[in-house]
Amino acid sequence: MKRRGSPWTGLGAILLKEMADHLSSIRMRLLEGLILLTAIGTVFAATQTLRQTIGEDPFLYLKILTSAQDPLPSFVAFMGFLIPLTAIALAFDAINGEYMRRTLSRVLAQPIYRDAVLLGKFLAGIFTLGITLLALWLLVTGLGILRLGVLPEGREVARGLAFILATLAYGGVWLALALLFSVVFRQPATSAMAAIAVWLFFAVFWEILAGLFFNIISATATGGPETELALANFRLFLSRLSPNTLYSETVLALLNPDVRALGPVLITQLEGAVRGTLLPLSQSLLLVWPQFTGLIATVIMLFAGAYVAFQRQEVRA
Amino acid sequence: MSTVIETQGLTKHYGPIVAVESLNLCLQAGEVFGLLGPNGSGKTTTILMLLGLTEPTAGWARVLGEDPLRNPLEVKRRVGYMPDSVGFYDELTARENMRYTARLNGIPSSEGEERIDEALAAVGLSEVADRPVATYSRGMRQRLGLTEVLLKRPQVAILDEPTMGLDPEAAHEFLAMIRGLKARGITVLLSSHLLQQVQAVCDRVGLFHKGRLVLEGSVDALSERVLGGAYRIAVQATGDGLERLLSGIPGIVRVVQERPGTCRVEAQQDCRAEVARRVVAGGGQLLGLSLERATLDDVYARYFQEARHEA
Repeated sequence: MKRRGSPWTGLGAILLKEMADHLSSIRMRLLEGLILLTAIGTVFAATQTLRQTIGEDPFLYLKILTSAQDPLPSFVAFMGFLIPLTAIALAFDAINGEYMRRTLSRVLAQPIYRDAVLLGKFLAGIFTLGITLLALWLLVTGLGILRLGVLPEGREVARGLAFILATLAYGGVWLALALLFSVVFRQPATSAMAAIAVWLFFAVFWEILAGLFFNIISATATGGPETELALANFRLFLSRLSPNTLYSETVLALLNPDVRALGPVLITQLEGAVRGTLLPLSQSLLLVWPQFTGLIATVIMLFAGAYVAFQRQEVRA
Repeated sequence: MSTVIETQGLTKHYGPIVAVESLNLCLQAGEVFGLLGPNGSGKTTTILMLLGLTEPTAGWARVLGEDPLRNPLEVKRRVGYMPDSVGFYDELTARENMRYTARLNGIPSSEGEERIDEALAAVGLSEVADRPVATYSRGMRQRLGLTEVLLKRPQVAILDEPTMGLDPEAAHEFLAMIRGLKARGITVLLSSHLLQQVQAVCDRVGLFHKGRLVLEGSVDALSERVLGGAYRIAVQATGDGLERLLSGIPGIVRVVQERPGTCRVEAQQDCRAEVARRVVAGGGQLLGLSLERATLDDVYARYFQEARHEA
């Protein structure tokens, strides 16, 4: 049976309201403050060393993002940690919070479909993340100009924007996950804990588990170099099941133009390669395309799960 | 008169639990209809099905000629709904909450402001419209819920337990506002378990019991049917054999002795004069004689008493 009327009706109204909520909420202020502090700290430390080597590195503004200065990790490492946290904070009470406040049945009694509610909340989270990231990147670049006295080049800007896009996709994964949990669990505290648990699992335990699993498999395998190559690829496959790996590989290739491959490279493949040359952006993009697609696919799958669960849910609290 | 809400065999099962069982309902334009029943008897489920917010297991509904399953947006555009224990965004002011509703309804903002002012004034919230809803009392929240209904300028208003949790004074005011809806030509469907209040505003009522609509009609017609008579007369008199004396009067359905000297008489017509005559003629002293209209509470209590007896 086909329903009439557009599922987009009211999407704009929900999007605007949710974004206004996000941008004015204390939760976001706190996280933004935290991100700002770490950004300034890491960039300050990075520029400290980079000042000595200006002129030697063609991609200064990418180095600002990736170089770590003991005891501070790099800006990128901090982002990999803070972006999931922000994304989860944006969405963990998206749907069950409306149930708790008893506003959902009132909102759904307006001439809109549920599609608009869910998509509006998701897009509001993505836009909020996007605005935060863009502002942060501009801030970092501005700080770099002040401290280094060199203007960023076009290719650095392009790689920076690609980095933001990849980070947004990575944030989208955690946003969609938190949204799914906010539909599935009735208590916001439960959904927040569940989302953080999944994040911890991939951030800390997945590599350990994948390593253990790989050891079990490789202990039984015997054979020549072909088997070894297959095993190495299998190890990589296990690791890439985690969105964290996908993201770190993407960032690695985007911010380091000298990275030519994300996996085992055979000596024959290096034949004729000019050592030390940098990849153009298009080639780097081609390199991370599978990883980036993987991240987007995860977002779509999680959102679809949330969509199905939400459509089947009873409205009454 | 045109039919505004119509259902035919509307049924909703939650697994093995029957929430609503083959409901046939018909509401005419401009009337106030009360859905009555204890908690969990299927009132809210019925309302959700009428709004297309939950899918019926069987049967169909038409609201303003539209199928709420196929065309929920059109139904929800023309029907105002106030859920039971209505909630708002506490950190926003009443006006901001209403603005959100107006935007969701696609009302242009200039017209929206006008409608919001008008609706807030109608429920008496203009003074406090710019305060956060967190500071609102239960009664004020309820009135804000009605503001939202008015804001849409609906043809039908569906109110779920509109007076629940209100003190008698606030409930009374709220009922007056519901009568105001009728005066605006809005058809009202309200659900409640507070019978006395419903009796005051409803043209017709339907009694729910375990998902079934067991009785339907005007309050008078229902009491006629269930109580056997619409008139109840309290008689206070001294003298022997009062019960026997009174039960002979034509038109009297039953006589119940409540205490020595006090009888309750159920009758099909007002036969107070005859009662007085008999008591005096029988040598007794008539101390008091008063007519009580049957209330829905009586109908309800009697009906479920009988239903239990049969079971």
